[in-house]
Amino acid sequence: VFAIRMPERRTRTIKTDILARVEGEGAMFVKIDDGRVIDVKLKIYEPPRFFEAFLRGRAFTEAPDITARICGICPVAYQMSAVQAMEQICGVEVDGQLRALRRLLYCGEWIESHALHVFMLHAPDFLGYDSVVELARDEPGLVAQALELKKTGNQVMSLIGGREIHPINVRVGGWYRVPRKSELAPLVPRLERAREIALETVRFTSALDFPDYEQAYELVSLSAPGEYPIDRGRIVSNNGLDIDISQYDQHFVEEHVPWSNALHSRLRERGSYLCGPLARFALSGDNLSSAARAAASEAGLSATERNPFRSIVVRGIEMVYAAEEALRLIAEYEEPDTPAVEVEPRAGVGYGCTEAPRGILYHRYELDDDGTILDAKIVPPTSQNQRTIEEDLRGVVERSLELSDDELSRRCEQTIRNYDPCISCATHFLTLEVERS
Amino acid sequence: VHLVRDALPHTRGRAKLKVVGIGNAWRSDDAVGLVVARRLREVLPGSVEVLEREGEPTGLIETWADAEALWLVDAVSSGALPGTVHRVDASHDELPEQFGGGSTHHFSLGEAVAMARALGRLPDHVVVFGVEGERFEIGDELTPEVAAAVPVVVAAVRDEVRRPSD
Repeated sequence: VFAIRMPERRTRTIKTDILARVEGEGAMFVKIDDGRVIDVKLKIYEPPRFFEAFLRGRAFTEAPDITARICGICPVAYQMSAVQAMEQICGVEVDGQLRALRRLLYCGEWIESHALHVFMLHAPDFLGYDSVVELARDEPGLVAQALELKKTGNQVMSLIGGREIHPINVRVGGWYRVPRKSELAPLVPRLERAREIALETVRFTSALDFPDYEQAYELVSLSAPGEYPIDRGRIVSNNGLDIDISQYDQHFVEEHVPWSNALHSRLRERGSYLCGPLARFALSGDNLSSAARAAASEAGLSATERNPFRSIVVRGIEMVYAAEEALRLIAEYEEPDTPAVEVEPRAGVGYGCTEAPRGILYHRYELDDDGTILDAKIVPPTSQNQRTIEEDLRGVVERSLELSDDELSRRCEQTIRNYDPCISCATHFLTLEVERS
Repeated sequence: VHLVRDALPHTRGRAKLKVVGIGNAWRSDDAVGLVVARRLREVLPGSVEVLEREGEPTGLIETWADAEALWLVDAVSSGALPGTVHRVDASHDELPEQFGGGSTHHFSLGEAVAMARALGRLPDHVVVFGVEGERFEIGDELTPEVAAAVPVVVAAVRDEVRRPSD
């Protein structure tokens, strides 16, 4: 009998049981054996919420308000994808000022959501703080500006949407009530101020220390001629994908993995991909306003930025853009004759896809001829980014093995927050897998 | 010479006073702050602003930034017996961790108070009442022990609001 003496192996496990500063409940697990990452899991254990199931049997007009409840941070995204799909089924086009108001509402959500993430959730990672409270003690002026920015986003939501969280004014076909031009005027100085704060945000974030890490992502976003994508477009990627949103299911597939209550998405042909600010910026950066473009080049961003840690800068750029776009929409606003287009239900299948702050949000509905929802499918951006988050964790850990377990754990959390994951959004899915032995 | 600040007692009559009840109406005992706020609205003079909030921290800071004296009422889960009433003077000290930490979606009431303090947006006088909850699942009723604590907290806040400032 003999034994082979193995060289001493060192196994390290890096885990966080409850991820802080993300929306929803998740955990992280990384196992390293002998300098090799052998297991990476982003565990989403928040229980599924079955939104797709309880949409069945409801009226098509209810979808925007029901799905808005999926998220308190990005309810507008849900409303916008839902109304788009319903209007497509019913053969209605919502354009002109009715559409412009939708884009304006969405700008409010981008500002509100990005301000929250950049300052409250993500910036502490870069500065070595445990929370924004410590940041507020050292940089009260900065945090006060962040709150002001967020408040401006909320004010846009309140004025256009009727409420800052889960707006109540959105309907299939348009709005319940449209604002008078004079009602929008008070937003102008606030948005001008928001633009200035956003520009300072870009300067502040671009001076942070970024871990040296890049990945050859497939970047996926909406794209519309001459527009920075928010409320409509085709789905495109830097690897040549260019499809109508109705073809989504032919190109993207969702899969269940045992460690997550949120389905993982992948491109059928090529696997993981990334959606969100980095993708929008890479694919439509040319369509940003000139001030946003100038800020991006001053910040040293590449045209196709592949360092996910720099997403914090891109969120700043997008806030500059959202403030300017909101100002443009207000300047060009003329009160429409009617708040909504008449919509008659009819049977069919329709698709909606818009750019939530975190990336593309896809909806598909099937209606019967009286407008009852027969089937619903919703794919939020966090589901789509899960595989990429895990690949980033693997890559980041492999390049950072010299860090202590504690430092490595912090670096991993920072990596996850690059995606501003909304776990609550991602766990609405229907499939419940029961394992029996 | 004997210098006494505020030598003569004055009521809080002219100061801006606010009471904020915090909670989720659909999460059983988590609603206790809202229930207390509704009762207080009936018994406090109209000059005292009584508000109900879900607890989103940046919104909370906005809510109380202009107050001079503030009372917050929230549910707490610290392991004490259900219905236990905790009172913490947060005018100078931070709150214990169990205050308002029930959500991972945003930071806690304790952090909101700490952040407001760092930003100079915390009233000079801040008292937090925490009512120990038992159930935080979906539901619109308080457990009996928690419901029994409601008049206790209502009376305590009412007395403090009416009391001359010291």
